[in-house]
Amino acid sequence: MKYVDEYRDAALVHQIAAAIARMTTRPWTIMEICGGQTHAIVKFGLDELLPKKITLVHGPGCPVCVTPSEIIDHAIELALRPNVVLCSFGDMLRVPGTGIDLLTAKARGGDVRIVYSPLDAVTVAKENPTKEIVFFAVGFETTAPANAMSVQRAQREGVRNFSILTSHVLVPPAMRALLSAPDNLVQGFLAAGHVCTIMGLGEYGPIAKEHRAPIIVTGFEPVDILEGLFRCVKQLEEGRAEVENAYARAVKFEGNIHARKIVEQVFTIADRNWRGLGVIPRSGLEVRPELANFDARKRFRLSNAAARPDEICISGEIMRGVKKPHQCPAFGRACKPEHPLGAPMVSGEGACAAYYRYRSRVVAESVAV
Amino acid sequence: MTALTPSAALSSCPMPLAHRTEITVGHGGGGKLTQDLIDRIFRPAFANASLDAQHDGAVLTAGGAKLAFTTDSHVVSPLFFPGSDIGKIAVNGTVNDLCMCGARPLWLSAGFILEEGFPIATLERVVLSMRDAAKAAGVAIVTGDTKVVERGKGDGLYVTTAGVGVIEHGLTIAPTSIRVSDVVIVSGDIGRHGMAIMATRANLSFESDIESDCAPLVAPVQALLAAGLDIHCMRDLTRGGLATALVELAESSNLSIGIEETAVPVTELVRGACEILGLEPMYVANEGRFVCFVPEAQSRRALAMIAETAPGGPPAIIGRVRPGPAGQVTLRSVIGAERILDRMSGEQLPRIC
Repeated sequence: MKYVDEYRDAALVHQIAAAIARMTTRPWTIMEICGGQTHAIVKFGLDELLPKKITLVHGPGCPVCVTPSEIIDHAIELALRPNVVLCSFGDMLRVPGTGIDLLTAKARGGDVRIVYSPLDAVTVAKENPTKEIVFFAVGFETTAPANAMSVQRAQREGVRNFSILTSHVLVPPAMRALLSAPDNLVQGFLAAGHVCTIMGLGEYGPIAKEHRAPIIVTGFEPVDILEGLFRCVKQLEEGRAEVENAYARAVKFEGNIHARKIVEQVFTIADRNWRGLGVIPRSGLEVRPELANFDARKRFRLSNAAARPDEICISGEIMRGVKKPHQCPAFGRACKPEHPLGAPMVSGEGACAAYYRYRSRVVAESVAV
Repeated sequence: MTALTPSAALSSCPMPLAHRTEITVGHGGGGKLTQDLIDRIFRPAFANASLDAQHDGAVLTAGGAKLAFTTDSHVVSPLFFPGSDIGKIAVNGTVNDLCMCGARPLWLSAGFILEEGFPIATLERVVLSMRDAAKAAGVAIVTGDTKVVERGKGDGLYVTTAGVGVIEHGLTIAPTSIRVSDVVIVSGDIGRHGMAIMATRANLSFESDIESDCAPLVAPVQALLAAGLDIHCMRDLTRGGLATALVELAESSNLSIGIEETAVPVTELVRGACEILGLEPMYVANEGRFVCFVPEAQSRRALAMIAETAPGGPPAIIGRVRPGPAGQVTLRSVIGAERILDRMSGEQLPRIC
């Protein structure tokens, strides 16, 4: 497959891994931000190619994992209302709220539909004018433009029965929060390539400088990830902390100006609770007050539920790199992909699901203990 | 199962989802949830030796004849999709389960559950498709049943088929016959059926030219048997895909299976569509492919024979059986690192980004 296979070239991957090994003189801890990168690392076994001195920490960049349970409860509450159709991306359906998940809400009669694009939810709204259609707008900067477009399209086409339930989060504030934590172990970052495709690199310079951490914008294929790691280790070894773009085929410094404009027209920055990490100031997006009709929270007068302290799931410690998935007492025992106790076990991008799926050896050992 | 219940293990956990109290769509997905239902509800209730063999069909003896017997229900939506339809699948699904027992399929039954208001012309289209599929597979549909449910209580049309075939050889084709160093052959390229269905689902704005691989497996299986090859086991790849079939076989044979990712045949179209939707071809459904376990010495002959007779792209040797760890399937990735393949959990859910 063109544009994919050349980035999965085994010889090149091993060549870069060897170069990293030759260069590494000290232990380094590097976080890949995005769940897509975590998935690729574990699926292709990339971490096994690295020298032992390098530790990879799987960051909070999985939208499913960081959506707080109170917002999932809101989605479930809406889905169970008789006149509401709740449209969602597929992998949100298995994430438990404080009680049930959306799949169970569907089994109990809730009208829950999987869509690939938020614009499809607007179409559902047009086709069902007597019903209220709510799109569960979850995600990072990557999904924000399409979610914003759904609101703009609904507004332009006079679709009055459409609204979105937002749980939008932003990467740079989370990176700052992680680096500022007293137990932080992370020394360098692989930034999420697709987030940067939209937002550009502007926000990362100050973070790299203030926290003295190199930030390498990185893609998602094996060659991309190893190239990102190579550049990150090189900077660490040389004592530099700069922003570098190792995903230039997709990312421009200024990002996608058109997409950023659409996001600004529909959303405004707000504080946001991250599942596992807690409230991070100015780390989320919500619908602008002048578009309140399209904001499901206001439209259905959903209570502004207080952030709940997290349950048994240790996703916060995993996302901060303090623990690995298999160090959780529930991992592989009470918590499995078919009955997840926390979100990182749900999404293919979640660190726990990735470990469970591809690292059954680790699972077997940790469960046997 | 000795797994701790969350209430015992994690008294502070407020999320008691470990054992669901309602059926969710995942229970019909052919993955872990389905297996859970079978193990906790069906097998204990119906317990008998034929059922416990956990094969695609039951192998039975009556009046001196060795027979294979199986059943399959079909609830696919939409009813018609590129390359196939609910009728063709209903016939081939049951025919293929019989083939996997090493049987020559003979007779099928067909049960129809129709929703009030369902167009008779559409029913006729499905029935004619079943007729053609039965003819192609060399079976006769010899008995049937019809029921109608009120409007809104069904999804147009459900079809259930059952089938009987005759076993005309002395081989025991079953997971228990799999041996260390057996070669694993897949009969053609994988993932077409699942992606064809995915592309036609009404709410996905996604188009492709992928056609379902739905086809009978009678010809390749009969050819292998007629040649007198020592077939150890066969399994058709359906829901849950190649990965789930291999995990099931590794578990029921108590052996390990090692697979080379680069050897698994997948067309560019299917690979591309899977990349876009964030799915893995190894877990995507098929309706006309099977895996076959044969002794190494016979693998080349078996491969050539399957290439000549099986539907789909060229077959391939994708791996080998190893002594252990028992029940484990490992996949060597394109870059040479090994990882474990697990069965599918629930149904495939598309990813966000």
